[in-house]
Amino acid sequence: MNTERLREKFGSLIKDIYTFRGEVTIVLDKENILQLGALLKKDSEYAFDFLSDCCGVDLFPQTPRFCVVYHLYSMLHGHRLRLKAFLHETAAAIDSVTSIWETANWHERECFDLFGIQFINHPDLRRILLPDDFVGYPLRKDFPLEGR
Amino acid sequence: MGITSGNNPPVMLASLDNLVRWAQKSSLWPMAFGLSCCAIEMISSAAARYDLSRFGMEIFRASPRQADVMIVAGTVTKKMAPAVRRLYDQMPEPKWVIAMGACACSGGLFNTYAVVQGVDKIVPVDIYIPGCPVRPEALIDGLIKLQNLVAKGDRR
Repeated sequence: MNTERLREKFGSLIKDIYTFRGEVTIVLDKENILQLGALLKKDSEYAFDFLSDCCGVDLFPQTPRFCVVYHLYSMLHGHRLRLKAFLHETAAAIDSVTSIWETANWHERECFDLFGIQFINHPDLRRILLPDDFVGYPLRKDFPLEGR
Repeated sequence: MGITSGNNPPVMLASLDNLVRWAQKSSLWPMAFGLSCCAIEMISSAAARYDLSRFGMEIFRASPRQADVMIVAGTVTKKMAPAVRRLYDQMPEPKWVIAMGACACSGGLFNTYAVVQGVDKIVPVDIYIPGCPVRPEALIDGLIKLQNLVAKGDRR
């Protein structure tokens, strides 16, 4: 995928863009996720109609601490793209992309369940894997492996 | 127990307790449920190669109401624990529990926030079988040990 072309089209929404072993990653501000996601899906040149994965990363002790990663796939063109949005610990929240890709529903719930990242306007943001009464977010690096 | 015969048809003499225990141990009905890889070994124990039925404990029941042995075959997660306890409560007395494998005995290698550290934290266990996973021979040995326990009338 041509990074220059991406920059040309969506430059104002892109913070950084790089290629590693043929995989293109776009780093963006969390405020732009809905806008860029919708554009990437709608644009016939890219047509990212499928969200293969959405997951969280805890980069502790770095700041910003959290990262939400989206892996996009286009059924039409067969190409892929990765989006990354970094979140500070004090504002670990990002807009939900369920309005663009319905499948984000469970992915975001899992991310919320294990990292405690809030997804704004998610239709049903509750725990998905852990018991409902579980306290804490176990994939955070400061969570003890054996639990509290 | 003794069998006497003369001119009359044979008569078996035994204490009632012994007879009941003999009946119980000779037809242990395990409950058919598995939680992880040990369940695969449990299934092969019941299949042709190892053939549990040689020892009279092959009738895996799909309902806890019909079972008297619970073989906890696998990792009990904290989310699964209430369901395991509920199944145990639904089994009629008398009932026995076998903890099959390292996970059911102690949590095994999963010393984590998500796993119950031994099924004996939620239900009383009669027989512990080590192994990861337990081989069918070991499961059969465990079941025979349970039969001996039942025959003696011992409860933990």
